Amino acid sequence: MSTTLTKPLQRFSARHAARLPLMVTATLLVAMFSVGSLQYEGFFSAQVLLNVLIDNGFLLVVAIGTTFVILTGGIDLSVGSMVALSTMLTAWLVEQNGLPLAAAVPVVLLVGAGGGALMGWVIHAFEIQPFIVTLAGMFLARGLCYMISTESISITDPTTTTIAQTRVLLPGGLFVSPAVVIALVVLALAFVVLHHTRFGRTVYALGGNESSARLMGLPVGRTKVMVYAVSGLCSALGGLLLTFYMLSGYALHAVGMELDAIAAAVIGGTLLTGGSGFVLGTALGVTVLGLIQTIISFQGTLSSWWTRIVIGGLLFVFILLQRLFGGSRTEH
Amino acid sequence: MTAPPTPRTPTPAGRPVLEARGVRKAFPGVLALDGVDLRLFPGEVHALMGENGAGKSTLIKVLTGVHPPDAGTVTVDGTPRRFAEPLEAQHAGISTVYQEVNLCPNLSVAENILVGREPRRFGLVHWSALHRRAAQLITELELDLDVRRPLSAHSLAVQQLVAIVRAVDVRAKVLVLDEPTSSLDRDEVAQLFALVRRLRDRGVAILFVTHFLDQVFDLCDRVTVLRNGRLEGEYRIDELTPVTLVHRMVGSELNTLDELAETSHTGTAATPESAETPFLSARGLARTGSIQPYDLDIHRGEVIGLAGLLGSGRTEAARLLFGADHADGGELRIHGERAALRSPRAAIAHKIAFCSENRKAEGLIGELTVRENIVLALQAARGWTRPLSRARQDEIAARWIETLDIRPAAPEAQVRNLSGGNQQKVLLARWLLTDPELLILDEPTRGIDIGAKTEIQRLVTRLAAEGTAVLFISAELEEVLRLSHRVGVLRDHRLVATLPNDTTLTPDRILGAIATGATS
Repeated sequence: MSTTLTKPLQRFSARHAARLPLMVTATLLVAMFSVGSLQYEGFFSAQVLLNVLIDNGFLLVVAIGTTFVILTGGIDLSVGSMVALSTMLTAWLVEQNGLPLAAAVPVVLLVGAGGGALMGWVIHAFEIQPFIVTLAGMFLARGLCYMISTESISITDPTTTTIAQTRVLLPGGLFVSPAVVIALVVLALAFVVLHHTRFGRTVYALGGNESSARLMGLPVGRTKVMVYAVSGLCSALGGLLLTFYMLSGYALHAVGMELDAIAAAVIGGTLLTGGSGFVLGTALGVTVLGLIQTIISFQGTLSSWWTRIVIGGLLFVFILLQRLFGGSRTEH
Repeated sequence: MTAPPTPRTPTPAGRPVLEARGVRKAFPGVLALDGVDLRLFPGEVHALMGENGAGKSTLIKVLTGVHPPDAGTVTVDGTPRRFAEPLEAQHAGISTVYQEVNLCPNLSVAENILVGREPRRFGLVHWSALHRRAAQLITELELDLDVRRPLSAHSLAVQQLVAIVRAVDVRAKVLVLDEPTSSLDRDEVAQLFALVRRLRDRGVAILFVTHFLDQVFDLCDRVTVLRNGRLEGEYRIDELTPVTLVHRMVGSELNTLDELAETSHTGTAATPESAETPFLSARGLARTGSIQPYDLDIHRGEVIGLAGLLGSGRTEAARLLFGADHADGGELRIHGERAALRSPRAAIAHKIAFCSENRKAEGLIGELTVRENIVLALQAARGWTRPLSRARQDEIAARWIETLDIRPAAPEAQVRNLSGGNQQKVLLARWLLTDPELLILDEPTRGIDIGAKTEIQRLVTRLAAEGTAVLFISAELEEVLRLSHRVGVLRDHRLVATLPNDTTLTPDRILGAIATGATS
């Protein structure tokens, strides 16, 4: 009896196990939006959703980079500090050195990608846990922020402020910020890279089984270095977007953002053990996190710390889900 | 392809596609290979035989670029090569399929075959071409698989075939199969052999490593025999019989076949007195999802065999008796008194020992030496506050290395540098040292050679004669029959029968019980 029932079920879950968490997250998102719309006046509008993206565009970019790393089975704790360093570096170059923004941007992106690549190289060449290497990177980047300045540097540069105030108008009186457009472009690029390039498929292979990937002749070392470089690049770009959002550089920006990024990836269905997940899921995860904030601000009486509590609860649920659906893979 | 199979070449003609000469490789404390030669010709299946520790695995690793040789040359198509990593060997046309499937379970079958060399269009992976190419390769090799499904949805045997398809697609001139059959059942082995023969007929040179003698005679054209890291000889298979081949492998020091015959007599000795209280008695012991309720009595000096297919619940049943898993039903009595084994620690306190099937993951610590591994359980039983003196440790290690003939006889060699069979012996030594009253052996002879196998079987018989109760789990029915007083048969996570091993019990009867689940 049990075999007739479980066999098709197992076959189903084997085929769709990877996509199931994505569907769960999408359902959750719809449910949250519906509940919000029923509860609060003015909630049911497309602009509310777009505002979520406006307020979290930088997080989306950072979380996409984190997703690359987690897909290989690694982790990158340095991204929050990297974001802060990028805001600091941008403000310092533009405000205190009078560099035009167009010249500062490539420098910041290079520093991010280079820092990431360096960590990836250390992880690969010395076979050190990514956790510890990126923890060192986290302290290092945060410390470098204070080297530049212990105070917040506000930005008055006209180009930067113009971009920050620009609104990209959409039909129906809706609008988004340029940061949202950039984040969505990054999302599309990440999707194409992960699913339609050899590099992307190697990322998945690496997360599936690293020693197999090596024996299959895949460029394991190069891929690892590149994945951390992508993560560094994304956090630098996220930092630039945050600079536009905040119009300042500050060493205490984005404290703990690495954890938000990891949470978004996990809620979006990426397995922490690697090899399974989608960047689109990460986008859903970021939206879920943003929507929680929105609901709590609409509610009005709850303290903003409730956001953290809800995220904590959600993470627990999703990690348990991962365990239940991912468990079948290790059974042999 | 409907062309008639090419007749086997009686003598190799032409130039070898792969040739190794005078290969030497040493690890700390172990000289693994000492001047070994090997020649592989296109279109032959060549067996590499030898006991555990003879150097088979090391030779393969040298040929495939995992370890560079200390001395000697490897020539591919007449050009001397020195591979720094597996990828270089692959580019030179040498592909390897290992005992453990080395693929990515999260990717589809098609991707596993082609990952790293996916067909591309405009720089992007051309998915439909990839699926077409994979399906075409699968069909060419006369297999039938849905290439879009994830690899993890397929059985281990199918995964092994996929690994071969991948290996062959790298335009392999040489395919190395390292014990590919050790976890496959009979039909799956037949499927694999059919594939190997098709590849041979296409001119691929295949190096086949196995412990199953009948498979060598079934499949191979020539054989190279290693002994103690040296080349014993290269033979055409029709020059040999199974008996002469075994003699070549073990040398003249041990007359293995006589030993085997001897143990088979003692195996059918009378069952010990069953009137006394059993050492261990399980009633309705069960764990949801892993083993249905079962009853089992094990007396002192009795060997109980557990037979059943892979995944039938043999290991799961044994793990309950060791406290490695929690029983959620039934009761367990030891010496007639109720005992709850909440952890392996509790089981060890009751003098129960468990040699796991998965010796690498669950038993031995590769970085420690033979001596340290042997004294581990004894030290744990004494408690860490009463350390064993170094002199005592040395004495213990020396004694067990001699008793079990662990090779090399070097107490300070790291365990990970030992061969599979010798690692198994180290694990056995560790548990025997604690003087167990019940010894649970889970597949102690899997993947080890015939000489070591005989020694382990002999040891089991001797221990039982000295009063130790033994629970012996093995996939080899002949072995179970030879050693056991009674045989428990498992099927679909249920103990379906416990059969006394009298003259009427044959492998066919056990197979019958496995197949039908009948109790008689």
